[in-house]
Amino acid sequence: MSSQARAQPVAAAGFDVLKVRADFPCLQQEIHGRPLVFLDTAASAQKPNVVIEAQADVLRHSYANIHRGVYSLSQRATELHEAARARVQRFLNAASHREIVFTRNATEALNLVAQSFVRPDLRPGDEVLITGMEHHANIVPWQLLADAGLKLVVAPISDAGELLLPEFERLLSERTRLVSVTWVANALGTINPVERIVELAHARGIPVLLDAAQAVQHIPVDVQAVDCDFLVFSGHKLYGPSGIGVLYGKAARLEAMPPYQGGGDMILSVSYAHTEFQDIPHKFEAGTPAIEAAVGLGAAIDYVTGLGLDAIAAHEADLLAYATRALQQIPGLQVVGTAREKCSVLSFVLDCAHPHDIGTLLDLDGIAIRTGQHCAQPAIERLGHHATARASIGLYNTEADIDALVASLRRVVAMFS
Amino acid sequence: MSQAATIADEQDLIAEDFELFDDWRDKIEYVLDLGRRLAPLPAEHKIDANKVKGCQSQVWLVASLDQASGRLQIAADSDAFIVRGLIALLLRLYDARKPEEILANPPEVFERIGLGSHLSPTRANGLHAMIQRIRQIATGFARGAPIAAAG
Repeated sequence: MSSQARAQPVAAAGFDVLKVRADFPCLQQEIHGRPLVFLDTAASAQKPNVVIEAQADVLRHSYANIHRGVYSLSQRATELHEAARARVQRFLNAASHREIVFTRNATEALNLVAQSFVRPDLRPGDEVLITGMEHHANIVPWQLLADAGLKLVVAPISDAGELLLPEFERLLSERTRLVSVTWVANALGTINPVERIVELAHARGIPVLLDAAQAVQHIPVDVQAVDCDFLVFSGHKLYGPSGIGVLYGKAARLEAMPPYQGGGDMILSVSYAHTEFQDIPHKFEAGTPAIEAAVGLGAAIDYVTGLGLDAIAAHEADLLAYATRALQQIPGLQVVGTAREKCSVLSFVLDCAHPHDIGTLLDLDGIAIRTGQHCAQPAIERLGHHATARASIGLYNTEADIDALVASLRRVVAMFS
Repeated sequence: MSQAATIADEQDLIAEDFELFDDWRDKIEYVLDLGRRLAPLPAEHKIDANKVKGCQSQVWLVASLDQASGRLQIAADSDAFIVRGLIALLLRLYDARKPEEILANPPEVFERIGLGSHLSPTRANGLHAMIQRIRQIATGFARGAPIAAAG
């Protein structure tokens, strides 16, 4: 299946990175007089022309509020919005479009699950189990339930940044209301064994949420095959617009959940005495949504599936291996996060310079990387650092980008040694 | 390097120093060099209570009022050289000045030397947070009520 396909070297077949690169106007510029080398896709991806045009086209020709208008323009906008939902459904292989809730981003989707799934019948002492490599978005929403007595339990990770599965299994208890784990760790690049995690949790009747914010752009995702109960991701990391995200939930789960927010568009009828809610997914989509962003997300999905996620994954895996080898040749450089299964992300520190210094100097060479804690402070601290520099790879990156990074890092080392 | 008589004069001197560089890279390398030459803060001051929040790197800042002269004595440090360089510039402006003088002279020189964008609270370098902390401490002393967080 997908993992088998990933192992095959399909990059050479039909994936022309230079042609792909030309689709991204933002990459065609200079910073401080040098060609931009963009290595911060894990924070947010650049947008291809088809996404920019799809959004602009809605705004120019097909824009009106959705779901209510009887006039043609509103119906056209509604059709485009719902067609985007159908694209997300196919992209995730969800059983029904009813299982696709549009949110602002993965973070909002996590908060929705916290407030509408975990909070309603939470008893003091109930637990949510996460891992030691989570983004803050998969930590803080659960901490907001502490007032109702929720206990956040963290499964430990190894020095390499891999989940310790026996420890994880031991922490599953009759108090565990939900397992919420990242598919790919944003600060370390670790790919978690999500199929096994779901299997272990389901064996005890515990539902599982997968944070796929760093996964959907790198790994073919099939929610029915992995059998997760919930899955969240953000449009902007999938080469789509910001302001649009997705919560996938099994229909039975979503149907049983009360609404997250109240307002227009999520109701069937309203009176002062009684309000009747819409069916899923609309019950969770209060207010006018990000119409053009949803359409842009649909275009982004068409774009990446057109290139082929297996081909993208193979290209990125080749580049990550190339970058890892090259960086390890730099004196005093230590890679942070050395899991056997990794994708896209290369976190590192230099013994001679702080990540902040590295990031500032690389910017002078036109190279964009992320520095700091990557919204994953506990994970970075677990591996013994206060901050790291992080280069992350997208489908448009080339060996030349990595060569520029390495050359610039060598200049940093020379400067500080 | 001796300090000018007033903060305004010191701002002019810093601006003159930066006029030597027309390349952005040279300016940043100069700031890094200032950072490498900044005297380190003694380890006993590098405690959580002295940390300036809002910085990507760790920043510690201590200040006390010299009773005889009525001037603030400020020292600060960071684990990033670029931030140490910004600290060095801030200390040229504000170390050994009277609280009222500090409050009357915002660090407009950063704008003049092309580092104005670094003053924004959204920037990760913490320059804005450090200035806020210095002004907060100066305000406390100007009112004759030194705030506890100053030490």
